[in-house]
Amino acid sequence: MIDSVEVKLRLDDTQNQKKIILKADHIKKYFPVKSGILSREVKYVKAVDDISLEIFEGETFSLVGESGSGKSTLGRALLRIQEPDEGTISFDGKDITAMNRQQMKDVRKDMQVIYQDPFGSLNPRMKVIDLIAEPLDINNLYRGKERVERVIELMELVGLDPSRRNRYSHEFSGGQRQRIGIARAIALNPKFILADEAVSALDVSVQAQVVNLMKDLQKELGLTYLFIAHGLNIVRYISDRVGVMYLGKLVEVGNVEDIYSRPAHPYTNALIQTNPNPNPRSRREKLILKGEIPSPSNPPSGCRFHTRCPIASDKCKEVSPELREILPGRLVACHYPLI
Amino acid sequence: MSELTQEGVAKLPIQERGFINFFRKLAKNKIAFISFVFLLLVHLGVFLGQFVWTISPESVDPANSLASWTSEHPLGTDDLGRDVLARLMYGGQITLLVGFFSMVFTVLVGGIIGAVAGFFGGWIDIILMRFTEAMMSIPNFFLALVALTVLGKSPFMVILVIAFTSWMEIARVVYGETLKWKESEFVEASKTMGSNAMRTLFKHIVPQIIPTIIIASTLGIAWAILTESAISYLGLGIQPPTATWGNMLQNAQQYIWTAPILGVLPGLSITLVVLAYNFLGDGLRDLLDPKHHKK
Repeated sequence: MIDSVEVKLRLDDTQNQKKIILKADHIKKYFPVKSGILSREVKYVKAVDDISLEIFEGETFSLVGESGSGKSTLGRALLRIQEPDEGTISFDGKDITAMNRQQMKDVRKDMQVIYQDPFGSLNPRMKVIDLIAEPLDINNLYRGKERVERVIELMELVGLDPSRRNRYSHEFSGGQRQRIGIARAIALNPKFILADEAVSALDVSVQAQVVNLMKDLQKELGLTYLFIAHGLNIVRYISDRVGVMYLGKLVEVGNVEDIYSRPAHPYTNALIQTNPNPNPRSRREKLILKGEIPSPSNPPSGCRFHTRCPIASDKCKEVSPELREILPGRLVACHYPLI
Repeated sequence: MSELTQEGVAKLPIQERGFINFFRKLAKNKIAFISFVFLLLVHLGVFLGQFVWTISPESVDPANSLASWTSEHPLGTDDLGRDVLARLMYGGQITLLVGFFSMVFTVLVGGIIGAVAGFFGGWIDIILMRFTEAMMSIPNFFLALVALTVLGKSPFMVILVIAFTSWMEIARVVYGETLKWKESEFVEASKTMGSNAMRTLFKHIVPQIIPTIIIASTLGIAWAILTESAISYLGLGIQPPTATWGNMLQNAQQYIWTAPILGVLPGLSITLVVLAYNFLGDGLRDLLDPKHHKK
């Protein structure tokens, strides 16, 4: 009797926690490159190569990886900012893959973006009030006095002085501009925000403030973040779950602490070990990756990491490992996972 | 403490914006500022002078032709005894108005073609820009002469013909700028938020190009005045008795030995105004486009 109640409670609990807000199946995004003037053969940069993932409501899911790993492209493909070549995406229970412009416009109210460059992402010839109100204006929500009130409310929410709403963005510092970008992103009360390297361009001290702001807003507004970054410390701080990307493939997915404390993929291991540790007394054996990330237009056969992997075998050169669940909630694409 | 913001950066002093600040900056560039003041005076004189100097530019007085400078005719009279000062003022009105409206049409046509080609890309881009290049390869002064011969010589026709033979340069500049800004992150952000093409183009791209357009328009006026003068000088522009600086020049050439001042005055007016517009354009470029490096 008691057991069954407990089981039921637990089921409810997990169901509540694990509502999928964004689900991607077999997403591919290839960019054609012409190899020469006379050559007709078209090569492709496989920026995102057959990736499936699920993001749960209310969590922060981070994508990490070196430059060129395709993490930004994946993020943009998931929001159909760049159309994926193959695969399906469902958002909030609806398949958005084939939606037309008008339908997407409605869906986009719930999925917003915070951009990397606090300078480039704000129109230099618009006042802060118009920058923040842009999503409202596009969707014809809030007019006149209500619009001003909403902008003031948003500016207060992100820690900006509302009396400066008639200034231009160049009068603000990098961190403040990023706050303007955040205010713009939350203006429509979205469910989901893609933060594409949202703090990478900022000073470290300002990064922390902006990340804290993002965390506060998440609690307050029930946001889900897809956080794309290469700073591993900030990822550890903000994320619930992490996906590690290498050359267009997702190589490992799991809870952030599990991955940081016990990486299962040799690449994740290398990535975490090369991350500078603020504690000077910690002595770890450093595993330095050999060579550069290979060109995504001509990726290695089999497991894409085998050219740089310390434990690669012949099998790795031939057979591409599938992403499989080795522990509950822990997915790894490796023939010889470290755990 | 309230003066400090989240990042610990003190608030910037309230920046002066708008025209006062703009002229303060312009005043630092002496040549541009002198040109600006000169143009202001010329325009005031040309358009308001008629209320002070009320002699009609077309009242003929053959007994008093080619008169020298007197208090009655401060700049003398021409071959038909018409007052040169009055003709310079009325001629200036036509010349400057033709210059201005030619520029307006030039900027409209060139700006729209360049922005649309750059923004929409694809086959629209190909058609519009190839057309622009084709137009550039035609010697446009001769095209203007042919067009005026065929279409007639009213001031409105002159404006249209000047505009339709000189919009290509602006189209190319606006095209390049549009391509550049189209890739900017805030344009992508706006599209992601669901903004439609027209809104993105006019809210986000066109405002970035306006400084370039202002510079191009200033230089465009100079070019249009010069073209109008050249066309009128050849007798294919606005016809006498309506005075323009160009046809005054044409009229004066028969008396180049007997009364050279008749040619010098409109010629000098054209030269100085065109020069001033060019200097002003260069000054504005330094002011509005800091990335442009002087050669």
